[in-house]
Amino acid sequence: MTNGSKPVHVKRRPDGAALVIAAVLAVIAGVMFWDVSRLAGAAGYSQVGPTTVPYVIAICLLGLAVWTVFEAWRGDFPEREHQQLGPIFWIVAGLVAQMLLLKIAGFSIATGLLFAFTAAAFGQRKLWKTIPIGIVFAFVVWVIFSKLLQLSLPAGPLEHLFF
Amino acid sequence: MNTFEFLLQGLVIAAQPMNLLYALIGVTLGTAVGVLPGIGPALTVALLLPVTYQLDPAGSLIMFAGIYYGGMYGGSTTSILLNTPGESASIVTALEGNKMARAGRGGPALATAAIGSFVAGLIATLGLAFIAPFIVKVALVFGPREYFALMVLAFVTVSSAFGDSTLRGLTSLFVGLALAMVGIDQLSGQARLSFGIPDLLDGVEVTTLAVAMFAIGESLYIAAQGDRGPDRIEAVKGSVWMSAADWARSWKPWLRGTAIGFPIGAMPAGGAEIGTFLSYATEKRLTKHPEEFGNGAIEGVAGPEAANNASAAGTLVPLLTLGLPTTATAAIMLAGFQQYGLQPGPLLFATNPQLVWGLIASLLIANLMLLVLNLPLIGLWVKLLSIPKPWLYAGILLFATLGTIGANPSVFELGMLLAFGLLGYAMRVFGYPIAPVVVGLILGPLAEQQLRRALAISQGDLTTLVASPVAVVLLLIAAAALIVPLILRARGRGQVLSQLAASED
Repeated sequence: MTNGSKPVHVKRRPDGAALVIAAVLAVIAGVMFWDVSRLAGAAGYSQVGPTTVPYVIAICLLGLAVWTVFEAWRGDFPEREHQQLGPIFWIVAGLVAQMLLLKIAGFSIATGLLFAFTAAAFGQRKLWKTIPIGIVFAFVVWVIFSKLLQLSLPAGPLEHLFF
Repeated sequence: MNTFEFLLQGLVIAAQPMNLLYALIGVTLGTAVGVLPGIGPALTVALLLPVTYQLDPAGSLIMFAGIYYGGMYGGSTTSILLNTPGESASIVTALEGNKMARAGRGGPALATAAIGSFVAGLIATLGLAFIAPFIVKVALVFGPREYFALMVLAFVTVSSAFGDSTLRGLTSLFVGLALAMVGIDQLSGQARLSFGIPDLLDGVEVTTLAVAMFAIGESLYIAAQGDRGPDRIEAVKGSVWMSAADWARSWKPWLRGTAIGFPIGAMPAGGAEIGTFLSYATEKRLTKHPEEFGNGAIEGVAGPEAANNASAAGTLVPLLTLGLPTTATAAIMLAGFQQYGLQPGPLLFATNPQLVWGLIASLLIANLMLLVLNLPLIGLWVKLLSIPKPWLYAGILLFATLGTIGANPSVFELGMLLAFGLLGYAMRVFGYPIAPVVVGLILGPLAEQQLRRALAISQGDLTTLVASPVAVVLLLIAAAALIVPLILRARGRGQVLSQLAASED
């Protein structure tokens, strides 16, 4: 990715998205503090135990959150380009479909759907065409990887039909 | 035995027919994937990792070496013909190379890039072979605190020294370090940040994170930009062979590029990009044809391409001798070693010399194979470039998920893949670099181990970290690498640094 030399744009009001990032960093730090405090009793006998480094990292994350708030306030974050959300939903839907169908329908069908949905995200919306193409392609990949390279890829009805 | 005998022994191992076949498959796959637009060496290596799962360690690492070098070659083809560098190390190549391609001199541009990469790869790999034993000797006397200082240096240079924001670089790094804490602590056996979920006890898989961030994050990002019109592929017109004048103008830049790139890659600070920029600047100053620069000067392709490959071989020096990855690609290669329970570092040279020297020797062989493969097959690679976007990214996501499913076919692992993919997308939108997350995840546990060992030896006394001259010098360099860019940016000189952004994907 090239994040190039975008001109620093000075805005008058604080950058809301950057404030959200700062909040997320603070939450991660908080979760680390909470989790590590649970462990503290278990490793009490030495000064450096499994809790030391997580504490340090959590403190640094808090510091970075404060720094992010500061930059957000000054509007130091680079300007974002407009993002289209439609294609994102297609890809995420494809990944979710694959995740949920993998065990039931097997690798080829689940991954074929992912293939078709991703193609749809990039403008190839003819699902009646892309889903069969995806399933056939995924099946070929399944044969190569699971039969030739012995990788264990989940098999479903389609795979059992042939092997 | 001396280096020569070790290297000869390595060549004997690498020249076994099966290993030659693995190397051939590696370079072919590496080039084929590396040539796809938007795919850099880091992603190439991460995507092709599952292909090597079922091989023995030696065969797998040899194939890996081929994939690594092949991915580098593929990237230069993309930048010359398509002007979309797949990695920041190829940006400079695109500068002059694409101009040459537009002027109908794409053939010589590809040829000088290929031969320059070969020359640089050859010299730099030999350099690696001869330098490695010395560094191993030095590294053997390193204690935990020296290792810790070295890793701090690597953290700083990977995250904040280059790029356009110290804040965002450090944030990425600490997100990676936080993810590194997930799972069972290696020294005490305590489960940390796993929230009672068994899947998290093993920690976050480096390959899952890398594939999610690079492949899925990038696909989401490209998709969200919408249709910006088709990319223009420059046809390779005329001969691919270089004329006598091209040769005369190329051989010096190759050697200078190698001389610049290798030391920069070999330093435990990393970043192949810096070498390419320095090489470009050098060639621009030394050239007899200054008017051609910006309009397709062959020196501007030959030098940076050589520097790029030389520093790629250079990054293997800290990786193999110290176990220190300084780029995202090196971090994924380290994960490849770890899947066989191998920890690169000085001890690997002692306990498993056949493997290390077989790997170094197969780099030489892969390099030679690429030279033979690349130019005659250029037509095939150009065809790969013209795959329409929907099919290209659909295929990328198929193979990205394939790796995760092959390693661990669980819904949870795929869920992590999706979550990290969305994280990678968000980071791209807001200008956060990706490489520090990956390096933080893989180097975090190692750094923690060294730190805790050092503090255990000193019984908790923090001053032990600065009690050795080597550690002090390393920490001072790290502090300088953190502070100097901050000052430069504060005074408005940040543009140079953001051009050197150490982002590769």
